[in-house]
Parts: sequence; structure tokens; C-alpha cells
Amino acid sequence: MATEDHATGGLEIHPMDQFIVKPLFGGDYIAWYTPTNVTFWMAVAVLAITVLMVLGTSRRSVIPSRTQSVAELFYGFIYNMVEEVTGHEGVKFFPYVMTLFMFVFLSNMLGLIPTSFTTTAHFAVTATLALLVFFAVTIVGLVRKGPGFLAMFWVSSAPLALRPILALIELISYFVRPLSHSIRLGGNLMAGHAVIKVFAGFAGVMGVASVVPIAAIVAIYGLELLVAAVQAYVFTILTCVYLRDAVGEAHH
Amino acid sequence: MATEVGTAAGAQAESVGMPQLDVTTFPNQIFWLLVTLVVIYLILSRVALPRIGAVLAERAGMITNDLTAAEELKQKAVAAEKAYTDALTRARTEAAKIVAEAKVAIQKDLNAAIVKADAEIAAKSADSERRIGEIQAGAAEAVAAVARDTAGELGAAMGGSADAVAVAAALSARLKG
Repeated sequence: MATEDHATGGLEIHPMDQFIVKPLFGGDYIAWYTPTNVTFWMAVAVLAITVLMVLGTSRRSVIPSRTQSVAELFYGFIYNMVEEVTGHEGVKFFPYVMTLFMFVFLSNMLGLIPTSFTTTAHFAVTATLALLVFFAVTIVGLVRKGPGFLAMFWVSSAPLALRPILALIELISYFVRPLSHSIRLGGNLMAGHAVIKVFAGFAGVMGVASVVPIAAIVAIYGLELLVAAVQAYVFTILTCVYLRDAVGEAHH
Repeated sequence: MATEVGTAAGAQAESVGMPQLDVTTFPNQIFWLLVTLVVIYLILSRVALPRIGAVLAERAGMITNDLTAAEELKQKAVAAEKAYTDALTRARTEAAKIVAEAKVAIQKDLNAAIVKADAEIAAKSADSERRIGEIQAGAAEAVAAVARDTAGELGAAMGGSADAVAVAAALSARLKG
């Protein structure tokens, strides 16, 4: 992530190069099926999830090992979140929410390994995740509640004259959800990684004074760890909040 | 320096362009993302989540059982303590009863002894009174006899011949008066 910029003479910083999608086995053309660094890092995420959630719990001990405790921690954390936010009905979507959380969390964390590739810093990925949630919520809501699902746009507690305006606003905010949902995640990660790269570029040309940008990188790295965890949490809890519209009681 | 960095980064980003907006890589990313999500979903929903759920349920059950067992043992301990206290109380009552009975028996013996002693004392004092009475009566008779004799003798010495019967009668009247 931060090592390839040793500019010789002049300041050459390419903070966005780390996000370039490259084929794994050479070549320039990227077809939809080409194994790329995206494929690689997603596979690493799958591997990490398998190690943590499957191998870590393989002993099924009542007194858990360290890895099993972590797996149980994630399980309990997301399970409680789903149950509290979406209500009892939403628990059947727990595996789906868990999938999203584990993928986003581990991708964010893997992206912080130097020279790695951050899949969740790409809008193609985050937008797909957000659209999956959006369509899932819309379809589940329409199937479970029928036309009653549309009642959430009609704020019955507001004065009658205001309701059409509020309905319009609610409708717009509903369709903006996947946009904000995805850009929040992708933008946060991209910005943090780009800033680290810029500072790394400075460190390459500043000689002894590069202690300053390196110290800054250390500080930002700590912040980015926090951002990686918090954004995974935010993405997941927003998913739960949207799911509540589809499965929970009436909107507000 | 921060603004410098910002402008430098901005300029670079503009000249290089954001790889995120390179639409030609989108199908690739979306395809692999969907594959990844399906794999993760299958791993989690088929293997990991049921297993962890089972472990958590087992642990919760075990904790509940242990708590119930602890509660039972506590009840038993309380019962044992109660039995002990009861036994102690019973023993105390028993002891108190025995003490009371012993006291009553001793009192009875004592009373009998006192009664017996009283009777003996009474008998002895009655005897003594009787003997005192006898002695007093004996003394009075002796006085009367002496007085009679003395009176007879005095009369004879004075020259008169005293009638013994008249002297006795006059003496009796004097002694009574």
C-alpha cells in the first residue's frame, strides 16, 4: 500500500494507484470472469472467514478457545443487533446480515495490510452490496406487507396537508438510501488509504525529516483501523434499520 | 503542509483518474463479489452459524442446569440447618423438662423431710411440756403438804390442839384464794 513510491527527483505521488484493478496472471484485458486482484483479496477474505468461523469453532467447546471466543463474539454481536433493530421477525435474515458484516469487516481489515488491495474501497463493490440490501428490503417488504409496505411513505401522524410533500421526501430518501449506504463505506476507505499513500510519498523524498510523515502515517493507520471497524458496523446496522421497514411494525 | 498535501493529492488524482470510476472493471468486480458473497453465505449459514448457535445454546443450557443444581443444593443446606436447629431446640426442651422434674422430686423429698422433722419436734416439745406440767404439779402438792404440816406443827406448838381436818380445809381455802 505504501512502499512503491520512491520518487527519484521531484514529488511523484500516485495515491490512487493502489486501487487499480489488475489481472492476476498478466494481460491488459479485464473480462467479467478474469481472475484479478479483486478475486484474490476476496478469496483471502473468504479464507479468513472460514478460518475464524469454521476452523476456529471446530472443537465446539463449551469453554471456548481464543478463536472460538472471537467467532462467538461476532455471532452474538450481529445476532443481538439484528434482533434489537429489526425485531423478532428479522432474525431469519441473520445469516444474510452476518454475511454482509463479515465480508465488509474482513475486507476493510485486510485492506489495511500494506500493499494489499481494498475491495471495499471500490464503488462497484459497495454499490452492489447496497443495491442487494435495497432490493432485498423492497422485495421482502412488498411480499410480506403487500401494498401496506407503501404506507411507510404516507406519514399518518402528520397533518393531512403536509402528507403529500412528506411522501415525496420519504420516497426520495428511500431511493437515495443505496447511494448514501455505498458511498459512505467506499468513500471512507478510499479517502483514508489515499491519505496514507500521500504521506508515504512525502516520506520517500524528505530524507531524515520523513520521520514526520511516517509518524503521521502511524497515527492515521490507527484512525483507519477504527474507521474500518466502524464503517463495517455502520453498514450492517443501516442494513438492519432498512430491514426493519420490510419486516418490522409500521414505520414510526 | 496539510493543504499542500491536499492539493497535490487532488491534482494527482485528477491526472491519474479514479480507478473506482473505471467502468470497464465493474463487471469483473461485481461478478467476483457475488461469487464471494454466495460462498460466504453458504459457509456461514450451512456450517458456522448453526455450529456457533448450538454451542451457545449448549452453554446457556449448562449454565441454567448448574444454577438449578446450585439452587437445589442451597435448599438442601437450608433444610439441613433447619433440622439441626430443630434437634437443638428439642434437646433444650427435653433438658429443661428433666431439670424441672428433678426440681419437683427434690422439693417433694424436702417437704416430706420437713414435715417429718416438724412432727418430731412437735412430739418432743409436747413431751417436754407434759414433763414440765408434772414437775409443776408435783411442786404445788409438795408446797401444800409442807404448808399443812407446818400449820399443824405451829398450832401444836402454840398450845392448841388443832383439828387436822379443819387445818387442811383452811389451808385449801387460802391456797385457792
